[in-house]
Amino acid sequence: MATTTTPRPTIPEPAEQALGRGRPVGGFELWTWLFMRISGLLLLVLALGHTLIMHLPDGGVSRINFGFVAVRWESPFWRTWDWMLLMLALVHGINGLRNITLDYVRRPGWRFALNMTYYVLGFTLLVLGTVIVVTFDPTKWGPVG
Amino acid sequence: MASRSRKSKSDYGSIYKGHEGQWSWMLHRITGVAVILFLFAHVIDTAAVGWGPGAYNRITAAYENPIVRLLEYGLVVAVLYHSLNGLKITLIDFFPRLVRRIRPISIAFTAVFVLSLIPITWIMLGQAWDLLQK
Repeated sequence: MATTTTPRPTIPEPAEQALGRGRPVGGFELWTWLFMRISGLLLLVLALGHTLIMHLPDGGVSRINFGFVAVRWESPFWRTWDWMLLMLALVHGINGLRNITLDYVRRPGWRFALNMTYYVLGFTLLVLGTVIVVTFDPTKWGPVG
Repeated sequence: MASRSRKSKSDYGSIYKGHEGQWSWMLHRITGVAVILFLFAHVIDTAAVGWGPGAYNRITAAYENPIVRLLEYGLVVAVLYHSLNGLKITLIDFFPRLVRRIRPISIAFTAVFVLSLIPITWIMLGQAWDLLQK
């Protein structure tokens, strides 16, 4: 067939033109763009580490109960890990939802309503999680053991 | 011109397959949304620990269910995919010259993803199986 010998078109591959949405030029969108990548690198350790630690060794999540959390959160290291994971994952995820909404939702009213829902939900969970991680004291329910 | 008259039915009926990047982009969104929806629920179920052993142990008892274990397997796969693909995106965004090597880089990341899935699948499906035996 003649068509098989046709030379490759001279226009560049799409991949060489631009990948993804490209870096925003500046302002708030550039900061969120940067935040997604920096927090992503941290979450690669925090979130993937957390997920694998909780699900794989010693029968996975079967070992998780009140006593497990009490012992684990005796360590400031794990409390800090979990709090950083909470903050970064929530903000990263809420911004992801915002990006997706900006892509698919065109009506300004809907956009605003959806984004506000994410912010309120995210902020509420952020406060709830922070209060629990910081104030949790298992000795309120008897000695830890 | 010859090709125009030679079009078979499949030339019209086939779906647009696109660039590989299009699929990883879509999977990145799907896994991202899945993980954040889980996170909303997970913050709330973990917060129950602040209401004492009675409340928290009642919630974690739900983990002892093979169906829940399969959902968790999906969660681990989603987190793994989103982490690795996110690293790929970040690498290429910070070092744009790597775009020229996008194909081998994508193949390498897919290989790491698939190879990591082998032990994860073995261990997690084993846990679900053990629960079924009980």
